[in-house]
Amino acid sequence: MEKREQVNRLAEILAKTSQDLPDFAVMEVCGTHTHAIARYGLSALLPPNIKLVSGPGCPVCVTADETLARALTLARQPATCVCSFGDMLRVPVRVRYPDGQIGLDSLLRERGLGRDVRLVVSSLDVLRLAQAEPDRQFVWFAVGFETTAPATAVLLQQARAAGVHNLKVLCAHKTMPAALLALLDPTGRRPARQPIRGLLCPGHVAVITGADAFRFVPEQLGLAAAISGFEPEDILAALIELSRQLRRGQPGLRNMYPAVARPEGNLAAQALLRQIFQPCPAVWRGLGEIPGSGLALKPEWRDFDALDSSLTPDPAAAVRPAPENGKTACHCGQVLRGDESPADCPLFLRVCTEANPRGPCMVSSEGACAAASRYGTGGAAAVRIKDSKGVRPDSLSGHNESGKEPDVHE
Amino acid sequence: MYMNEEISLANGAGGEAYRQMVQEIFIPGYGSPELNQLGDSAVLAGPGGSGELAFTTDSFVVWPLFFPGGDVGSLAVSGTVNDLAVAGAIPRYISVAMIIEAGFPTETLKRITASIAATAERAGVRVVTGDTKVVEHGRADGIYITTSGVGTFDGNWPRPPQQPCAGDALLVSGPLASHGVAVMAAREKLEFEPPLQSDARPLAGLIRSLLDSGLSVHAMRDPTRGGLGATLCEWAEDSGLNLTIKETDLPVKAEVRAACDLLGLDPLFCANEGVVALALPADQAEAAVACLRAHPDGRAARIIGQVSAGLPGQPGHVSVDTGYGTLRRVTLPEGEILPRIC
Repeated sequence: MEKREQVNRLAEILAKTSQDLPDFAVMEVCGTHTHAIARYGLSALLPPNIKLVSGPGCPVCVTADETLARALTLARQPATCVCSFGDMLRVPVRVRYPDGQIGLDSLLRERGLGRDVRLVVSSLDVLRLAQAEPDRQFVWFAVGFETTAPATAVLLQQARAAGVHNLKVLCAHKTMPAALLALLDPTGRRPARQPIRGLLCPGHVAVITGADAFRFVPEQLGLAAAISGFEPEDILAALIELSRQLRRGQPGLRNMYPAVARPEGNLAAQALLRQIFQPCPAVWRGLGEIPGSGLALKPEWRDFDALDSSLTPDPAAAVRPAPENGKTACHCGQVLRGDESPADCPLFLRVCTEANPRGPCMVSSEGACAAASRYGTGGAAAVRIKDSKGVRPDSLSGHNESGKEPDVHE
Repeated sequence: MYMNEEISLANGAGGEAYRQMVQEIFIPGYGSPELNQLGDSAVLAGPGGSGELAFTTDSFVVWPLFFPGGDVGSLAVSGTVNDLAVAGAIPRYISVAMIIEAGFPTETLKRITASIAATAERAGVRVVTGDTKVVEHGRADGIYITTSGVGTFDGNWPRPPQQPCAGDALLVSGPLASHGVAVMAAREKLEFEPPLQSDARPLAGLIRSLLDSGLSVHAMRDPTRGGLGATLCEWAEDSGLNLTIKETDLPVKAEVRAACDLLGLDPLFCANEGVVALALPADQAEAAVACLRAHPDGRAARIIGQVSAGLPGQPGHVSVDTGYGTLRRVTLPEGEILPRIC
């Protein structure tokens, strides 16, 4: 079994590379990494002195209550349809309704109450919907980082070219570098509960921004950095690189995803982003407002902006966030900052479950809490299969040794 | 865990919230020796302890009513027939009760009726009784169907004890997650190429050919809501044994896997309506695969894992061999974003 042997070999190299290093933590910035690490049980392959900490890179998780409340307000407008990705629809937020009542709401709950909320898998689906139903106002609730913002940009370009006027964007796109700087700035007041010494940087973000966009990690934060893909082999190789940098005492930036992430990135996508968006301050759940970390529509694209007051003419009809005692019992903020593991949250698997999530980290499949809950890293961690020769602990009657997914014919 | 003040969609999703509702409300409310078994079918003793019957019921609220590979009618028959068949019974009779919203097109009712008739014929059951209620427009969503079924234990095979044993192999009869993902795609109008097809079908024939072959099946289920993952977790919990499956051996059609990746779903927890999962002694596993594959409904059957003894004093659990030298724990899904798939 080729993959397994390769992964085992990488795990052995990692153990050797890191063996004399003092305990250290690596933040996996991106939710896709968090998900892959949990799904493949990679924590079981790590030497005891390396700890992986989830970062703020789940776009659903970092979307602020204010933005969610705005989406709920829009969904309650007549002849209006709010579209977003599935995870976004489930995120609960404690809100105060116009009549003064307080309750836990989500876009999915609004849909259950008869409001028009639709799940899409691509931003361009919204254009199709808007063209098919010209009498209805469509709102694209746009979340995501540099990886998904270009798709929103393309949507707007095509909508304008097609002369579509019943489509707006509730823009909650965010960009990674400013947030990481704010989160990990050594001069900041952030408590060093888990001394993070390296970053596993997301390969797909680097595809757009260019690998060079992460230079600030070693240069300004003094942290080791490796840009990594999302397969188990990629992640282990990146951890080996981070260990080597720490051994040498020379944090740097190594692009481990060079086949797809070039130093300068995707220039066409960057030009498109600059054409449609401009940086703006953005509120991140758990991190607060970070200057320059959000994307707002440029003035010449404002006719697509769902923040336009004509969509929600009556401010008194707005749904507003109503955090308990000004703050929530959910520790999503601390988890997103890497200060806590999901199991440190008092609600984790007690009150907050995948069926009844209290915070976005439990909702999104990329969220740290959902990964910990679904893949058992919360209570029963993954374990390493002890041998290294590919013989399983008790025989699984030797079928499919190829390691490929089985063919399915019907 | 505590029960919420309101029933939510999660309570109907077949996961932990559903089990909790059953344990805290229904069992204390009207539990009986037969109900408390919580089998797919209740086994009813005949007069004087002879001539046992299998009895089951199921409601169908799937939306949309028609989806690639099936419709609410074919699903309503298959679901009930399969619950009887996995109990080891031969499905004989079903009832069909409908709640219809005023304004529902008669033509659609005819189509659903024809589908019920065709599926019943395929499954070898007769519709012997029924009921219809119509409610005001807006007070229901189109049509809801409840079917109940009766099966007899007169095949020349023993009733599966529904207890996996240490040393058993775990098998599935076909590709996973096809139904849940197909209905989700149809409902949300997500277009995939090739289009996703539900696997909804009655499995009475497939199961009969397997049991008829003389293999000693220890446990058998049709993993519908909650998917294969929920079935395995329940087997582990009930038996105290450890179940290990190999992720790379789980049969999932390429297009279904791609859709799952896109939607953030795990095929292990997506509903099936045409798959049977079973545990039987490892030395009979290859024969069982051959037998299942000889039937048109079991062409993609395969061995997916094994059952081993648990540690004394520890609850049984389910692990996935990731194929990367690690074992990941599988826990009962709490709930899912796929309401009304059956």
